[in-house]
Amino acid sequence: MAGYFVRRLVETLLLLLVMSFLIYGLIGLMPGDPIDLMVSADPNLTAADALRLKALQGLDVPLPERYWRWLSATLSGDLGYSRLYARPVLEVLGPRLLNTLLLMGTSLILALVIAVPAGIVAALDPRGPVDNTINLLAFAGFSMPSFWLGLLLIILFSVQLGWLPAGGSASIGESGLLDRLRYLILPVLTLTLLTAGTFIRFVRAAMLEALREDFIRTARVKGLSTTAVVIRHALPHTALAMITITALHVGSLFSGALVVETIFAYLGMGKLIYDAILGNDYNLALVALLLATLVTLVANLVADLAYGWLDPRIDYGG
Amino acid sequence: MTAGWLLAALVLVGLVGPPLCRAFGLDGEAVDLFGRLAPASLEHPLGTDELGRDLLLRLLEGGRISLAVGLAGALLTAVIGTAIGLAAGYAGGRVDAALMRLTDAIIALPLLPLLIVLAAVDPIKLGLPAALADGGLASIWRIVLLVALFGWTTVARLVRAAVLSQKERDYVRAARALGAGPWRIAVRHVLPNVASPIIVATTLSIGNIMLTESVLSFLGLGIQPPLPSWGNMLTNAQELIWQAPHLAVWPGALIFLTVIAFNLLGDGLQDALDPRGDAGI
Repeated sequence: MAGYFVRRLVETLLLLLVMSFLIYGLIGLMPGDPIDLMVSADPNLTAADALRLKALQGLDVPLPERYWRWLSATLSGDLGYSRLYARPVLEVLGPRLLNTLLLMGTSLILALVIAVPAGIVAALDPRGPVDNTINLLAFAGFSMPSFWLGLLLIILFSVQLGWLPAGGSASIGESGLLDRLRYLILPVLTLTLLTAGTFIRFVRAAMLEALREDFIRTARVKGLSTTAVVIRHALPHTALAMITITALHVGSLFSGALVVETIFAYLGMGKLIYDAILGNDYNLALVALLLATLVTLVANLVADLAYGWLDPRIDYGG
Repeated sequence: MTAGWLLAALVLVGLVGPPLCRAFGLDGEAVDLFGRLAPASLEHPLGTDELGRDLLLRLLEGGRISLAVGLAGALLTAVIGTAIGLAAGYAGGRVDAALMRLTDAIIALPLLPLLIVLAAVDPIKLGLPAALADGGLASIWRIVLLVALFGWTTVARLVRAAVLSQKERDYVRAARALGAGPWRIAVRHVLPNVASPIIVATTLSIGNIMLTESVLSFLGLGIQPPLPSWGNMLTNAQELIWQAPHLAVWPGALIFLTVIAFNLLGDGLQDALDPRGDAGI
């Protein structure tokens, strides 16, 4: 088991390294060279100045060497400076990451709270009216474009009813928790509804699988009530699949959070990545992207390990 | 099967609509700045957008493009995924292990942030001639390539699983005994038998691809205006949400209906082609 863990960890780090190189190269391919942008903005800069600036920034060396310099700087703790925010990258990333984790975490928990009971109820009467309704709602959940749902919620709650703010993370000048909660409601609602759709389908499928097992039939024959059978016997059986699916969904949760943050102007990592890429802030974009990748890869790693640890039937030795 | 009818209707309207309208002399791109953001009227059944263009006509044109991207993307995804799944499943051994590692690695990555980076790449810097790179058609092709780049993993996994289960069948052994080479067996004998999971997975992927395209277009990185797409019609709708909420409702509603129709169709196909008994409690 420890061997497996080490191997997966090494694979994750290797993947991260490869991704960092690929993203570094891709960012270099984006339109808009920062020095050229500076030159076009300032008529006093000459071509000689441009060359000097490029040498100063280290932009005149070939790609692998530039990458190596970036890598060694990053590994020694210097994450660079953000052009867009005029602050060190780490300062910009910290609070944004927390905001996004808050959004993602709350949505994940709420989605599970909705999906688990709904999935169980649906699985108890397959093809029945309740199941069909829940199934349809679940389909609606994950077929909906996230930004459209966000816009609809804005129209309903902000434009028509005026109950909730249409965007932002906090009121200007306020820093209370209750205030931040108001701004969190619509983004969380959007993300939750979307995620719940997928989760309901998975819970339902997992429950159907569990209910087919022989030990369930034994429990029924022994005279246990439906509730007891479901909660005490079938549900723990689905826990494995649920954990795996939840952890594997962190990636799409992040993508969903990106869109939701952009719509609601919620100051999180997703919006940061978007702004950084479009704003040609390469340092920030690179680190933010790698952080996003890291979070997703770690979640996958945790899912794999949890699966192996929780299910004694699985043997990862060797 | 309601989904099937709904889809058929949508696709028909999408295909036939724009050319028909053009035949009647209605121009989806006619700008009327005095009639901006008009609500529904007889002349404009759904109102006008921020440049005074008729919303219904733009929706039809956009639908055509969004559907085209969805179908083309799904097709490309199916081709790539099937090729990789077939190779991995049939070849086995180290090829299989390597391909599956690659697939798992790609599945593990966060999709949208990386798509944004890829979409923002300037093809001119890659060496593409400017005439090719800047046209509206180029943005369509780019989107199709991008969504296929990440979408093939589901199909590949399914195909690999199906191929693995077919590999031990007698007809494969018979073909091998008759001297058929691995390529021939894989393509002519195994492939037709794994067709149903491919069809199901492809249908289910259309919805996902359309959603991805609409998100990218919404963020301004997909289909570039003035080419309409249901996604990029929503980009400006957010700023105008206080004056003209109807602009935000329609394109999204159409995306939603189309995607859910494809998903229901795929689910129905799955039940039809791969039945499993549902035991109640």
